[in-house]
Amino acid sequence: MTMSFANGLAALRPRIDAPVAAFLSSCVRCGLCAEACLFHTETGDPKYAPIMKLEPLRRLWSQEFTVMGRLGRALGLSKPMSDEDFARWEELVYDSCTLCGRCSLACPVGNDLTLMIRKLREGMVAAGHSPEGLRKAAHRALTDISPVGVGAQSARKLIAAQSREVGIPIEIDKHGADWLVLISSMEYIAFPEMLGALARLFKAAGQTWTIASDAYEATNVGVQIGSCDVARAIVARTVDAAHRLGVKGVVTPECGHAYQALRWEGPNLMGQAFDFEVIHLIDLLDRWRAEGRLKTKGKSGLRLTYHDPCQTSRRGGLDPQARRLLNLVAEDFVETSDPGPWNWCCGGGGGVSANPRARDLRFKVFAAKKRQLEAVRPDAVVTTCSNCRNVLEESLEHWGMELPVLSLTELVAEYLDEVPS
Amino acid sequence: MSDSPGLATLLRHHGIGRRDFLTFCAGLASALALPPVLAPKLAHALEAARRPSVIWLSFQECTGCTESLTRADQPSLEQIILSMVSLDYHHTLQAASGAAAEAARRQAMADNHGRYLVMADGSIPLGDPGYCTIGGMSSADLLAQTVAGAAAVIAVGSCAAFGGLAAAEPNPTGAVPISRLVTGKPVVNIPGCPPLPLAMTGVIAHFLAFGRLPELDSLGRPRVFYGETIHDRCPRRAFYDQGLFAKSFDDEGARQGWCLFQLGCKGPTTRNACATVKWNGGTSFPIGSGHPCLGCSQPSFWDAGGFYRPLSRPAGLGPGMAAAAVAAGAALGAVAASKRPSERQPVTLDDLETKS
Amino acid sequence: MSLLLWAKGPGFALAAVLFLLGTAMRLAEILRLGRGTDLARPRGAAGGQALRTVFSRFLPAPGLFARSPVVHAGGYVFHIGLLVVVIGYGPHLAVLGIGGRGLPAGLIDGVTLLTMAAMTALLAARLRDPVKRLISGPGDYGAWGLVFLPLATGFLLVNRVLLPFEPLLALHLLSVEVMLALLPFTKLVHAFTFVLARGYAGAIAGRKGAHS
Repeated sequence: MTMSFANGLAALRPRIDAPVAAFLSSCVRCGLCAEACLFHTETGDPKYAPIMKLEPLRRLWSQEFTVMGRLGRALGLSKPMSDEDFARWEELVYDSCTLCGRCSLACPVGNDLTLMIRKLREGMVAAGHSPEGLRKAAHRALTDISPVGVGAQSARKLIAAQSREVGIPIEIDKHGADWLVLISSMEYIAFPEMLGALARLFKAAGQTWTIASDAYEATNVGVQIGSCDVARAIVARTVDAAHRLGVKGVVTPECGHAYQALRWEGPNLMGQAFDFEVIHLIDLLDRWRAEGRLKTKGKSGLRLTYHDPCQTSRRGGLDPQARRLLNLVAEDFVETSDPGPWNWCCGGGGGVSANPRARDLRFKVFAAKKRQLEAVRPDAVVTTCSNCRNVLEESLEHWGMELPVLSLTELVAEYLDEVPS
Repeated sequence: MSDSPGLATLLRHHGIGRRDFLTFCAGLASALALPPVLAPKLAHALEAARRPSVIWLSFQECTGCTESLTRADQPSLEQIILSMVSLDYHHTLQAASGAAAEAARRQAMADNHGRYLVMADGSIPLGDPGYCTIGGMSSADLLAQTVAGAAAVIAVGSCAAFGGLAAAEPNPTGAVPISRLVTGKPVVNIPGCPPLPLAMTGVIAHFLAFGRLPELDSLGRPRVFYGETIHDRCPRRAFYDQGLFAKSFDDEGARQGWCLFQLGCKGPTTRNACATVKWNGGTSFPIGSGHPCLGCSQPSFWDAGGFYRPLSRPAGLGPGMAAAAVAAGAALGAVAASKRPSERQPVTLDDLETKS
Repeated sequence: MSLLLWAKGPGFALAAVLFLLGTAMRLAEILRLGRGTDLARPRGAAGGQALRTVFSRFLPAPGLFARSPVVHAGGYVFHIGLLVVVIGYGPHLAVLGIGGRGLPAGLIDGVTLLTMAAMTALLAARLRDPVKRLISGPGDYGAWGLVFLPLATGFLLVNRVLLPFEPLLALHLLSVEVMLALLPFTKLVHAFTFVLARGYAGAIAGRKGAHS
């Protein structure tokens, strides 16, 4: 057992860099981060103020990396940190933060609080204070590839079934394909039609793709629980597969954290730049649209709105891409309030949806999204993250709302102009 | 105290008529903030007063204070003051010299023990007595010997009152004000470089007429002359309030007679009556002539941060000191924030096994 | 030595040394930690967005003004008011060695009162709002005092209230010196570090082509 308080501090220390110090030096305790956080706005509980969630990180930084903090500690003026601090903060750091990044965008002094929560989780997990649900998921991801237990055989069967459904072959481990495509956990277990949609889209675009038998899963629980060790092991699989199959690039699916994990954390976790491109599916589809590779016919007559996934829109900048694609196939597209960078989270990101303990809280804070949707009264809500999609469906059901949740990729595939054979 | 005729007789002897004397008394009553009805009483009291013996001691000084006093205006104030008192010893003014002068001093002290006034100008060199000796005596000894039998001591000028120029940094003589060395006797400070003649005569007249010294402030100055600041009564005050300042001695503001605060005027922190009494027979005073007040009647005015530097502007920091502070701070911060080796154990599968 | 002379001489020097030393120290603490090289291929320009974010965060976040009107309105009035008073008042310009006549005294008086009113509202909000009360410590209330005192003594000085000119000028200078000396060691240091914080946030998001 390597988890201990000391190990937690040891894992957290190297995460403290110049940006963290600049952020923590600049905080004026204005409290505006709380007003941007759905966990505070929907519960009214002051403990959910994002800056409060960072207290263990702030104290470690202050006590060990500042002149005054070190002086204060030497003089016994500040309370030394203890395991108890980590234990008490576990709920705040995991259950009540989806890493949605809204507070980071709202902070008047520019503090990226979300980045700091992500860093703090490194210390929390190393100290042994991470939620059981996430630990189980991480364990499964390391032993069975899929954090939700979709084994290689099951995946293969699901892929074959979808291939038959759309009448287009989906080749596994195809060497020399243009793209290695990752599929998210939720798509295997809840939205397998995504596989068929992908087959049709890639065929229409005239690009070859494949799924790797040993890296068929996009979800990176390591990034969610906040362990660079787990995250690296998961990224390594994809990197190895990309090299083994000699693909030009890797496509991350409709999933926010998977994109952040592979595209942005991936090379840094591996310690070297990738020699292949990593692109989010929506970014790729929009590129094809711009290149004229995506020909659609007709449009949906439904009144559609878009749920911006935090990691692709706010923290990914892919909100214009999504809207361009949506306008390709939607006749009556209506924006909710706070669209794009200022979207409200579904409540289940950042590992919260994999943390059963946080379920009631997640449903409660969905009220923010609910209000937005009720204000525009759409026929369906479209999104580009399978985790959002699943959380939206669950939460809408919880609140007794009848509202279909659609995948943008599937929607675009639906309106593809005659797939050439 | 000489058994000499009254002041009125002496004045007439000096060619000063009663009319002039009454005019002087009215002005003096006003300056002493006495009700106008008291002016005749003041005149009467002064006329009837017996002239006290005055011993004037000069230490580290420039004789400017004596100049100020003897160049006084009004109906020959010089004569009035010299008529009011029996000036028995004064380096500059007395005819006697050497041993005869010192003998006169000792005679006056013996004759008027407990009743004579000591007026002193200049500071006392405590650090090195050799800087100022009189008749072979150190300044401090001369002072101590002379004030022993005095009724009161009047420290004339900023040097006597506060140390003045000699006490300015680095104070090579170890100069101290008169009040530092006098105990058990009332000391009146009449600071100024030089002080207003009226302030000197006023204090003496008050002593003569009422037998006691006027009310003093915490620095031993008579409140009637030092109760207000130059700024309080400054004719340019309105410009200060409007924010209209001369920025140089030759700009439009200076020509328009705007406030001299930013040219270093010490009016706001200087307590004196120059703005109302004025100088040279009420002709003008420095600010009236376009020059900022130097604050010459304030303690340590030589070291008050520069005559032409605005009152509110701090002295500043040398570039060397500033650079040293920045370098020290940067080094301190860099050391505190330097990364130290921190052994981390990676998270293992075992760690992820469910535990309570 | 009078209080005023002390404030203008040794007091100012001490404050200036502490201010320079502390500010250099705090900036060194930050910069010394450095940043690892980001190995991910950029998708946007970090530098441009860093610069943009330094300025864009002066604007309120959408929807937040309505949720927190006192913090926003009070914050703007206080910060702008402070700036106007510090660099708009004639005698301040003279002290700072900048030319110019400065703004009319009446305007400065009004802005000072407005600034103090805004600060009072912000303090009240801090004491009343559960979030702000929870996240506030002695340092937050202390920093409030450090900024409020120079404003208050300055107002009294200009209007010659309570005390004569000299002690008020001394108190005003001293209050400014105490604020300067402690600025680097309190949250007031954000006056410098906010540029770094916003810049880093902008650079991190800019590299991803994300929002900041």
